[in-house]
Amino acid sequence: MNLALNWRLRDQRYRLEGTVCNHCGAKYFPPRQVCTDCKSTELTPHEFDGHGEIYSFTTVRQAPLGHEGNIPYIVGIIKLDEGPLVEAQLTDVNPDDVKIGQRVEMVTRKLREYGEEGMVVYGYKFRPVTDER
Amino acid sequence: MSVMKPKRPVGIIGYGAYVPRFRIRAEEIARVWGGAEDGLPIEEKAVPGLDEDTVTMSIEAARNALARAGIDAKQLRAVWVGSESHPYAVKPSSTIVAEAIGAAGSILAGDWEFACKAGTEALQAAIALVGSEMAEYAMAIGMDTAQGRPGDALEYTAGAGGAAYIVGPAENSLAILEASYSYVTDTPDFFRKQHMHYPEHGNRFTGEPAYFDHVLHGARGLLDGMGLQPSDFAYAIFHQPNVKFPQTVAKKLGFTKEQIAVGMLTNKIGNTYSGAAMIGTTAVLDIAKPGDRILICSFGSGAGSDAFSFIVTEKILERRNKATKTMGYVQRREEIDYALYARYRGKLVMN
Amino acid sequence: MRDVSVVGIGQTKVKEHWDKSLRELAVEAILNAMKDGRVDHADALYIGNMLSGELTAQENLGALIADEAGLRGIEAMKVESACGSGGSAIRAGYLAVASGAYDVVIVAGAEKLTESSNCYTTASLAMAADADYEGIHGISFVALNALLMRRYMHEFDLVPEDFAMFSINAHANAANNPYAMFQSPITLDHYKRARPVAEPISVMDSAPVGDGAAALILMPTERLNGNRDRAIKIAASAVATDSLSLHARRDPLWLTAVELSAKKAYAQAGVTPRDIDLFEVHDAFSIMSAMSLEAAGFAGRGRGVYFARDNDISPKGKLPLSTMGGLKARGHPVGATGVYQAVEAVTQLRGEAGKNQVMDARVAMTQSLGGVAANAVTHIFTN
Repeated sequence: MNLALNWRLRDQRYRLEGTVCNHCGAKYFPPRQVCTDCKSTELTPHEFDGHGEIYSFTTVRQAPLGHEGNIPYIVGIIKLDEGPLVEAQLTDVNPDDVKIGQRVEMVTRKLREYGEEGMVVYGYKFRPVTDER
Repeated sequence: MSVMKPKRPVGIIGYGAYVPRFRIRAEEIARVWGGAEDGLPIEEKAVPGLDEDTVTMSIEAARNALARAGIDAKQLRAVWVGSESHPYAVKPSSTIVAEAIGAAGSILAGDWEFACKAGTEALQAAIALVGSEMAEYAMAIGMDTAQGRPGDALEYTAGAGGAAYIVGPAENSLAILEASYSYVTDTPDFFRKQHMHYPEHGNRFTGEPAYFDHVLHGARGLLDGMGLQPSDFAYAIFHQPNVKFPQTVAKKLGFTKEQIAVGMLTNKIGNTYSGAAMIGTTAVLDIAKPGDRILICSFGSGAGSDAFSFIVTEKILERRNKATKTMGYVQRREEIDYALYARYRGKLVMN
Repeated sequence: MRDVSVVGIGQTKVKEHWDKSLRELAVEAILNAMKDGRVDHADALYIGNMLSGELTAQENLGALIADEAGLRGIEAMKVESACGSGGSAIRAGYLAVASGAYDVVIVAGAEKLTESSNCYTTASLAMAADADYEGIHGISFVALNALLMRRYMHEFDLVPEDFAMFSINAHANAANNPYAMFQSPITLDHYKRARPVAEPISVMDSAPVGDGAAALILMPTERLNGNRDRAIKIAASAVATDSLSLHARRDPLWLTAVELSAKKAYAQAGVTPRDIDLFEVHDAFSIMSAMSLEAAGFAGRGRGVYFARDNDISPKGKLPLSTMGGLKARGHPVGATGVYQAVEAVTQLRGEAGKNQVMDARVAMTQSLGGVAANAVTHIFTN
C-alpha cells in the first residue's frame, strides 16, 4: 500500500510544490536536489500556480493495475506557465474535446485507491480552464 | 431558549461552492425503475465523476473560499468537513483538505456527521471558535456525494455538491452573523448503520415529525429569539431534500416564493445533503446586496436544525467575483444515462 | 582495452512459452550459444532481465542461471535497465572481456512476460518510467510513447499512416525468421484498421508481449579459439542516459541518450552513419524508430518518418531496419531483446540471414533502449 511513500509526496501531489534554484533561477517540478542547468545544490521549495497548456495527450484504454476501473482515461503532458512540463491525467473533459495548446488548470482529484479497504491517493490532475466567475 | 451570539462579532470572510459536472435526469431514473406515476420530485441531479469524492470536492470549494477571503491558509485554526459520505470511517476528510489547501499544522481537523446538517453544525462550531477568540479564522464545509438505494425514492434526489465557509472577525466579513440557534431531538427518520452502503428511511415519517417539526422549531426559535419577521429578510434558504418541502415550510413560516427562489438549487443538482443549505446560501451570496438580511435554516435527519441570520456587507461586492459563482457550477453540465451513473456511483458489482 | 568478438550465438523462438519457465528459456539459449561458439566453459555470465522479480518472484538470476546452465561457481549477475537490459548485459560482458578480466564470457537475455495478468504486466512494464510522477497517474508505457507520437505528428504535420512502413517492413522480415513471434506479413490496410491501444498508437505500432531468451559468447579477438572464421568483431560499445521521465527533458521529441550513445559508438568504430549497412533499431513503437533514426544521425529532426518513406528500409534497401523482424514482429521479451538484436546482427554479418540477407553487409549497428530512451546502449559489429 506504500503508505509512507505516498505521504512523502503530499506536498508535490496536493500543491505542486517543486524547487527553484537559488543560483540560476531555474524552476523544477518535480523537485530536484541538483540543478540540471548550473549543478548547484542550493534549491528551495517553490509552489507552482497550476496554470498551463496541453503539450500532448492520449487516451489509455489498457490500464496498469490499480487504474483498470477508470478506463478510458486521458493522460497528458502539460507545460506549466512557469516553464516545467508535468505529466498527469486530464479530467472533466471528453477525449474528443482535448487539443494541444488548450489552457488548463490544476485540480485535486483521486489518483487511485489501493482496493476497497486501502488508502486513497489524492493528487493533481488538469482540466480545461473555464472562465465563468 | 434564547438565541446564541458569540462573545465577539463574527461573520463570513469567504465562501466557495462546488458541484460536479455530470447530471442524470430524474426521467432517466424513472425509465429504469418506472417511478414516474406520482410526478418527479426534481428535474435532475449532479453525479460525481470517478475521480471525485467528498474530499476532492471540499478541496475545490475550500480553495474558492480562500480566494474570496484573501487570507493565507495558514491563518486557519480549524478546517471542518461535515458530510455523510466521508471516504473513510476513520481518518478525517478534514485532515486531507487541510493539508491540500496548505493549512496543516496548528489546526483542528475532525470530521462532522449529522446527516444533512453536518455542515451547518460545523459552521456553528466555527462561529464559536472565532467568536470566543480562540482563533481568528475557521473553515466549515458541508459536502456530500450521498448514495441512494437503486429504485428507492431517494435515488431520484440524492445528488452531490456543497460549499465551504471561512468564519472570521466581523470587521473583515462580507456577511456578519447576527445570531444563531440550533434545535435537536432523537428522531430516527433516516439513518445508515456503520457498514451499510445505503441508508434507511421512514418514508412519510421523514416529513412532519422530522423535517417540518425541526425546521419550524429552528426557524421560529431564531426569529422569535431575535424578534424578527419573515418580511425582515431579503432571502431565506431552507434545507431542500426536494422541491416541495422547502416550499411548504417557507409558506408555513410566512416566507414568499421570491425570498426562497435564489437559494433553491435542488431541482437542478439534487439534494446535496450536508451541502444543501450551504450551497443554497452561496447562490444567494453571489447576488445579494449589501444590507440584505439572510436566513439559513438547515435540517439534518436524526434530527435537528441549525438556523442563522446574516447581514451582507459592502465587502461582498469586491469578493464574490474572485472565484467561480454557484450558477457557474450549476450550469456546467454533462448529461449521462443510468448505465454510466451506475458505473460512476459504484453500483456495479466488480468483485 | 582489448578488442572483443562474438564467437557464438543462441536464441529461442519468441512466443508465449506457456510450457517453459524463465530458467528453461535462458538455459536453452545459453547452451545453443555455447554449442555455436564451440565452448564448453565460461568465466562469467551477465544476464539481462527486467521483470523476473515482479512477474515470477525471482531475483538473483545470475547465480540461478549460471547453475542451471551447468556453470555453477562462475562470476554471474543480473543486469537491469528496463527494456534495455539486454543491451546493458552485452555492455557488461564487453567490459569484462575488453578489460582483460575474462576470456570467455556469456551474455544472456531472458524474459517471461506471460506469467501474469494484463493489468499486472502493464503496471510492471510501466516501471521503466518514473513511478512517482508518471506511473501513479496510470500512464502506461504505451501511453508515454503515444504522448510523444501525438506531439511529433502535431509538430511535423503527420498522420498515423505515415508510420506504417516501419511495421510493414518488420512483419515482412519476420516472415522469414523462424525465431520470430509473428510469421505473416501485414498490409497498409491492416495497419489502418488496427485497434487503438492509446491514440494515436494502435496494436500495429507496438511490439507484442512474449517470452524468449538469447545469448552470446564473447572472447577477446586476439585469443579466439578455432571459431575464428565465424567470429564477428564488436567495433564499438557505447552507453548514454537521459532523464527517466519525459517531462524532465528539454525537448521530449529528441532522444538525447540515443544521440550521445550513437556518436560515441561511431567515434569508437571510426565510422559515420553512412557506413552503417543495417540498423537493428529499438522499434518497440513506430515513433521510437522515427526518433531513433533522427538522434542516431540518419535523418534530421522531424524527418525520421520521411527518411523511412523515401529510402528503402527493407533488406534490399539503403538502410535496412529490423532485418529479422525487430521488436515489432520478431518480438520484445524486454530484458532479452538487446541480445536478440546482437544475435541478428551477427547472423547478418556471417552471411547466414537467408531471405533477409543484406548483401555485402560489413557494418551492423544495434541499439537497445531502456525506458523511453532513458538509457541507450549502442553496439557496432563488423566482419
